Amino acid sequence: MELLIFYPLAGLCVIFALGVVFNKNPIGSAMSLIAMMLGLAGIFVLQQAHFIAILQIIIYAGAIMVLFMFVIMLLNLKGDDAVWKKREKNTLLTVLTGLLIAGVLYKVLEITSAGEFDSPAHVLETFGTVREVGTILFTEFVLPFEVASILLLVAMIGAVVLAKSKVD
Amino acid sequence: MEPIPAPSIDLVSLAPVLVLTVFGIMVLVTDLFIGKNKSALVFISLTGLLMAAISSLAKYDLPVYSFNGAYIVDHLSVFFTFIFCISSALAILVSIDFNQREGIKVGEYYSLILFCTVGMVLLASSTDMIMIFLGIEIVSICLYVLAGIRRNDPKSNEAALKYFLLGAFATGFLLYGMALIYGTTGSTKLTIIAEMIREGSVRSEPLMLMGVVLLIIGFGFKVASVPFHMWAPDVYQGAPTPVTAFMAVGPKAATLAAFFRVFAETMPEISPSWGILLYILSVLSMFIGNLGAIMQTNIKRLLAFSSVAHVGYLLIAIIAKNSLGSASLMFYMLAYAFMIFGAFGIVILIGRKGDENLEIENYSGLAYKHPILALSMTIFLLSLGGLPPLAGFVAKFYIFSAALKEGFVVLVILAVLNSAISFYYYLKVVVYMYMKEPIKEFNITLSPMTLFVVAIALFGTLHLGIFPGPIIALAQY
Repeated sequence: MELLIFYPLAGLCVIFALGVVFNKNPIGSAMSLIAMMLGLAGIFVLQQAHFIAILQIIIYAGAIMVLFMFVIMLLNLKGDDAVWKKREKNTLLTVLTGLLIAGVLYKVLEITSAGEFDSPAHVLETFGTVREVGTILFTEFVLPFEVASILLLVAMIGAVVLAKSKVD
Repeated sequence: MEPIPAPSIDLVSLAPVLVLTVFGIMVLVTDLFIGKNKSALVFISLTGLLMAAISSLAKYDLPVYSFNGAYIVDHLSVFFTFIFCISSALAILVSIDFNQREGIKVGEYYSLILFCTVGMVLLASSTDMIMIFLGIEIVSICLYVLAGIRRNDPKSNEAALKYFLLGAFATGFLLYGMALIYGTTGSTKLTIIAEMIREGSVRSEPLMLMGVVLLIIGFGFKVASVPFHMWAPDVYQGAPTPVTAFMAVGPKAATLAAFFRVFAETMPEISPSWGILLYILSVLSMFIGNLGAIMQTNIKRLLAFSSVAHVGYLLIAIIAKNSLGSASLMFYMLAYAFMIFGAFGIVILIGRKGDENLEIENYSGLAYKHPILALSMTIFLLSLGGLPPLAGFVAKFYIFSAALKEGFVVLVILAVLNSAISFYYYLKVVVYMYMKEPIKEFNITLSPMTLFVVAIALFGTLHLGIFPGPIIALAQY
């Protein structure tokens, strides 16, 4: 039953992820990314992580994608790919890189298929609920949670320093 | 609904982090009110660093675990906290005159250095992979911004952008590695991971090994070891010189401390698998770093390649994975801080506004005009090469003896061979200073603060070289 939902969702994710790469139009790419995020959120729901699923939609599909759209529209990127054609094509290098990555993927597949994944993880009743996530964040992971705020502060300062209009 | 239990919070072990964060914010706020003259910010930052160094001694019975085993105050972390405070203080001192000369009037500069130090302290004291990740990110983001702080200089922009893009890419590897290890062991805490590995059930788990490999790639990038070093020369060259010196010491030391904790302390039982990778990384870093440095004509690029080679030596301490290894890591980084700040201090002194004199041939004949500067530079460079009785020699000696104790004879022979190679390019600069005619007039302003840093560095290099005993005893404690 679970697999019946999982495979269509995963398939859609892969299709839309490919759409991000192959779409000529940046807006189209960004839209595919949103669809991919929604698919991922569905997979999270399937894993009993409702809270993470909601966060995925609010933060990634919502906030971050809006930011992407803003940047794309501000930069006024058009569908034409004139920017990307400057580099000369090097067939030999392309083929070699492709073979290398194919080799890596094959190895990864070999390793992961050899691992034993049939035993389902032991999961508590309350796993994935808002309350449980909050409890863990404020007890066991209280230090990383607070340190993340320093990280955000630093990133904010950095962005302001580099982007403010007056150059001194 | 039952209430959520209150977390156990140990603010005393966090003291250096808290002090630095508070002072970092204080610098930001003060900057709003003081106008053009930024010397008050320097004073506040230095006070913060001093207080952080003192507050790191607040715990007595080391090691102290806190925050459910996510944070540790032990000998390594206290010693490294001192190294960070010293190197950040030197970086701020060496920036004063440089920033005035080059017109860097950004008050956030000092607070970014303080926040970067926060990240380094966290990195050296973390025993949880999430914390290590956050520490690395705090340090990296500060460095991206500091590298690009000269916004009207295209080189500086290039450095920041390159560093940022490649750094973000490497972070992906690091995080993926951490996720895989979390997946196999079920915990992000290093102590629990170590226990799982000791029990043996996850030792040959392929996902675990893949995680280890990805971690090595991530860490390898952050410390700039070959083959993940490509960013280093460009970033070192493009960043403002005090920032270059800063990023060559503190962040590198912090990442190596975390590297040591994750590999040598957490997973010594599976060292055959990661040891061989680090072995290759170390040998490659030494050879490519040293051979690359020979070809450089720019002093900052030369020092960048030499720092790649030094990472090669430092990785030996992790490969040795014994207590002497951690002690030699501490001593090496302290000695390295003095040598690097001394050398970069002189590089700053030689330059002037609009013309930084970064080519090695600009050093021709320095010995005739400024014999003391030339002599100090010679001492720093020879110490970097590892000539007795200077600090660099003692540092290398302890790293090599840590490796010999574990039987890595070939590795030590390769490292000694590399030290010999490195003298070629260090001496090249010395030859230019002493044996060539000046190609142009030196126009050096001997700015007092930079001279002060060079003097401290000179004292440190000589003192650690001639009387290493007390510091070694402290490091081995």
